[in-house]
Amino acid sequence: MLVSLNWLKQYVDIDGISPEELAEKITKSGIEVDGMERFASPSTNVVVGYVESCEKHPDADKLNVCQVNTGEETLQIICGAPNVKQGQKVAVAKPGAVLPGNFKIKKVKLRGIESNGMICSLQELGIDEKYVPKESADGIYVFHADAEIGADVTPLLNLDDYILELDLTPNRSDALSMLGMAYEVAAILDVPVKLPEPSYEETVEKATDLISVKVEAKEENPYYAAFVIKNVTIGPSPLWMRNYLMASGIRPINNVVDITNYVLLEYGQPLHAFDLDKFSSDEVVVRKAKENETLVTLDGQERKLNTEHLVITDGKDPVALAGVMGGQSTEVSEETTNVLLEAAYFEGQIVRRASKEFDLRSESSTRFEKGVDPNRVRLAGERACQLLSEYANGSVLAGNAEFDQLDKTEKTVTIETSRINNRLGTEISEEEIIDILRKLQFNYEKTDGEIIVHAPTRRQDIRIFEDMVEEVARIYGYDHLPYTLPTGEGNAGGLTKEQELKRYVKRFLEGAGLSETVTYSLTSEARSEQLISPDVKNVAVSKVKLAMPMSEDHGVLRLSLLPEMLDSASYNIARKQTNIAMYEIGSVFISNEEKVTKQPKENLRLSGVLTGEWVTHPWQQEKKKVDFFVVKGILDELFERLNVNVTYTATKIENMHPGRTAELSINNKVIGFAGQLHPLLEKEYDLNETYVFDIDYDYLVDIHENEPSFSDIPRYPGITRDIALVVEHTIQSGDIQRVIQNAGGDILQSIRVFDVYQGEHLEETKKSMAFSLFYQDPEHTLTDKEVEESYERILEAVKNEFNAELRS
Amino acid sequence: MREKLEELQVEALQKVDDASDAKELQDVRVAYLGKKGPITEVLRGMGKLSKEERPVIGELANKVREKIAQAIEQKKTVFEAQEIEKKLAEETIDVTLPGRPAPSGGPHLLTSIVEEIEDIFIGMGFEVREGPEVETDYYNFEALNLPKGHPARDMQDSFYITEELLLRTHTSPVQARTMNAIGGNKPVKMICPGKVYRRDTDDATHSHQFTQIEGLYVDKNVRMSDLKGVLDRFAKKVFGEDREIRLRPSYFPFTEPSVEMDISCKVCHGEGCNVCKQTGWIEILGGGMVHPRVLEMAGYDPKVYSGFAFGMGPERIAMLKYGVNDIRHFYTNDVRFLNQYHKA
Ligand SMILES: [Zn+2]
Repeated sequence: MLVSLNWLKQYVDIDGISPEELAEKITKSGIEVDGMERFASPSTNVVVGYVESCEKHPDADKLNVCQVNTGEETLQIICGAPNVKQGQKVAVAKPGAVLPGNFKIKKVKLRGIESNGMICSLQELGIDEKYVPKESADGIYVFHADAEIGADVTPLLNLDDYILELDLTPNRSDALSMLGMAYEVAAILDVPVKLPEPSYEETVEKATDLISVKVEAKEENPYYAAFVIKNVTIGPSPLWMRNYLMASGIRPINNVVDITNYVLLEYGQPLHAFDLDKFSSDEVVVRKAKENETLVTLDGQERKLNTEHLVITDGKDPVALAGVMGGQSTEVSEETTNVLLEAAYFEGQIVRRASKEFDLRSESSTRFEKGVDPNRVRLAGERACQLLSEYANGSVLAGNAEFDQLDKTEKTVTIETSRINNRLGTEISEEEIIDILRKLQFNYEKTDGEIIVHAPTRRQDIRIFEDMVEEVARIYGYDHLPYTLPTGEGNAGGLTKEQELKRYVKRFLEGAGLSETVTYSLTSEARSEQLISPDVKNVAVSKVKLAMPMSEDHGVLRLSLLPEMLDSASYNIARKQTNIAMYEIGSVFISNEEKVTKQPKENLRLSGVLTGEWVTHPWQQEKKKVDFFVVKGILDELFERLNVNVTYTATKIENMHPGRTAELSINNKVIGFAGQLHPLLEKEYDLNETYVFDIDYDYLVDIHENEPSFSDIPRYPGITRDIALVVEHTIQSGDIQRVIQNAGGDILQSIRVFDVYQGEHLEETKKSMAFSLFYQDPEHTLTDKEVEESYERILEAVKNEFNAELRS
Repeated sequence: MREKLEELQVEALQKVDDASDAKELQDVRVAYLGKKGPITEVLRGMGKLSKEERPVIGELANKVREKIAQAIEQKKTVFEAQEIEKKLAEETIDVTLPGRPAPSGGPHLLTSIVEEIEDIFIGMGFEVREGPEVETDYYNFEALNLPKGHPARDMQDSFYITEELLLRTHTSPVQARTMNAIGGNKPVKMICPGKVYRRDTDDATHSHQFTQIEGLYVDKNVRMSDLKGVLDRFAKKVFGEDREIRLRPSYFPFTEPSVEMDISCKVCHGEGCNVCKQTGWIEILGGGMVHPRVLEMAGYDPKVYSGFAFGMGPERIAMLKYGVNDIRHFYTNDVRFLNQYHKA
């Protein structure tokens, strides 16, 4: 909503306050002023001039030499505008004038002839081209014949106006009108409001003689008034009205259209003018549209209607889409003489649906959607009749054809001083509250300890006690509320164990060298298929998709964090940041339904992407690329700290390297995977050798033992024995370790691989693996015999199981 | 013999003094204190002395011996120290060479700011609650006094999955869920951080996915001045003690009265500059007193209980605090951006 301060001054006295101060006060009282601009720039030395003569320039076809009377003097001015003519009254910038853009007017010679000023267009005076009336758009502006020669054009053309741009919240529909803003400003400044009082002469003939109104959709249209204005003369509207319309961001068209727009802005009540002679009956019928009925709207589009739409008809065919847009067939034109003026109340919902469906948001539809003042509907119609009789020479027929089932009563809200103070934490007196009601111009009754407030119908947002708390607070001033802290018992506050653990895990991973990322949950169809962990794939029956995505890139909720993380990695590598180690904890969305109807399961995953060099320390020749075991090392330390026992099993997963991928499980429950990307996928993302992991974080948290129990520090020394075995190269160390552990007995505390060798001195298909075995018993010092027995059992077991031989 | 011993002492001490390395010193030791050395010889010849003389000379001989031994020991320490010096000198490194890089991970800026805000509110007795990102229309809108067809639903144009399911547009549904779970008879004091989604085209100031932290305090006799006090504390902790806050009336369907909170501009301290669009103030968050319909729907009697709620965008807070100029930085994960915020 744009508010012209010059227009506002017609209703409320704001002379004593600067536009900046006013904007600040309005903002602080609850209606946000988003911006304040000058409408144009006031120019000095620009006056109304009379073109006494206008002759072609002898040496230039397109120029005219004009003698222009500016009151004090007659100036010779050369003008290039095609529409300049003798006898016009025009805006003359005299030498010394400064026009917008710091354009200084000086005496000049044009092709040998002196020019002492400039005849101006509205654009040259700083008015935005898009608001300039069409007839003035391509040339100079021509005043009405009764403009006073020599008069300053700044007030005449409203060049000194300030425009406030309001960012209105949906509840304050009252501020969608100049009168509403007048009430608001009056309350803030504590000054009176001057309201227009529509009055006009009516003919003997009555509106109901020519037209009747029948409303079938009573719920959607509880009020409809049809006024009839005969013998209108279509022409330009008065300059002051055009000024205010332009300042409010509306381009003037002609008097009839301008008057409906003016009243819409003044009262906040949309009106519609039909050409009565194009109406094919003497009946207005308001009803729901029929299935497949059509209407060609003012913009020339044919609209296909259905029973959800409300239409105005001539008893047979639709002539307007109620509250949204009129029809072409009954449009007011240059030839119109008789006007049917509609002032109606349409329910917000039905207007909203139609304006949204047809993408026809307008000044009208916005106001109906938010709710207009029931007590201003007929009044606005009368105001328009007054202006049509004054500025379009219309004869207003007596009365109107009306349907009225509209509730126009004021709602009451009961307040008590103490309750208001309890809610606000203030000590406002009853007198102060009553004074606030007076400023707001709310009626009230005082009873014992209570005030019954009658909320005016212009304020549809005031319904309950809390609404009045806000009214009192905002006029009292939010600045005057004290600062207090809650006094209630409350609770202790803090993080849950799970929340603390999440912070711990994050800090661990960061300490281990990973950077946290945050990626989008919405991904593309193609990416949503990639790198889904087996445990997710097993339970996800369908993907969760948006009904109406904004783009293909973000249409499906992810089942893996990895594709979007790979995208981030790729983004960095393209920018020469080639060493990447990132992790993220975030949800994937698992639906177990064929067709999603219920909330999906949101499963937190811990995922990581690593590529490039892990350690780079060139001058000491230390350099290590990321490999599977870098990733595994980090994860194993994390599992160790979470006290969970995770098993790695070689596996094959789509888009992963078939020989370098492991499935991770805890007690045979799969919890995720880790490994190298398949080179083809690496290529798709423009990545080099890249390792990833994806783990069910929720499950880790679930099974992790929260309180580590104390175990005694061992008192007896341990013994280390090494064992080097030669086996087939396909045998995995994990399997050997399991066998060793089983055979070794309780005293075997840990097994560590310290060498893996394949090559010279060994048969081609063999490899050697060396393990370091650590023995300890908490109860006594181990004897050589005990260790020897265990060692022998191990040797026998690995021989049986893997045909392993001791490496000599 | 006495003279002989004294002579030996002078002679030996001179040799110790002259010794230029550990080997020469060892030679002196062998020469004078060895089994075949002159002092041993003197002692052997003591048998020829008188009874009276014997202990005197014996004592003298031991003294001489000790003195020489001491001198050798002293000199040896000097040589050892020199030896170590020499060895260490050879071990000298260039301390200006670069060190081996330690792992350099760190949290995302959003995590840092969210944790900072969590900790501030935890300090004021708030709990942290979380909830689902795919919400029902009921919890995302209806339970928050936004029935179907409400014009304010347009303020938060949303991503629907079905007619009843959508990506949450704010974290307020967590508040409704928590109040419902608590059951209307106990205070609630919580904040809920999390991801939210709205139908916005990604640009410098909009993101279809962003983060929100909402707060809620419901109890008997919660006042609007409490909201002002709590938000003032929060703002000063995050942005600095010298910052002021200002509340302005606003509108949200789930609060009444509603407020918008501004913080005084860091650059101009309220004078007006380009950063604050000449107003001296920067908008930070919205909030208000919980709407009685919201309390009612969550099972709290609005005649007994009142409460305040607020919501803020950590991206916006971080952008203002650190001068980040484009919201997309939070989701691009450019390591050059991420690394800037790994510092203490
Ligand atoms: Zn500033």
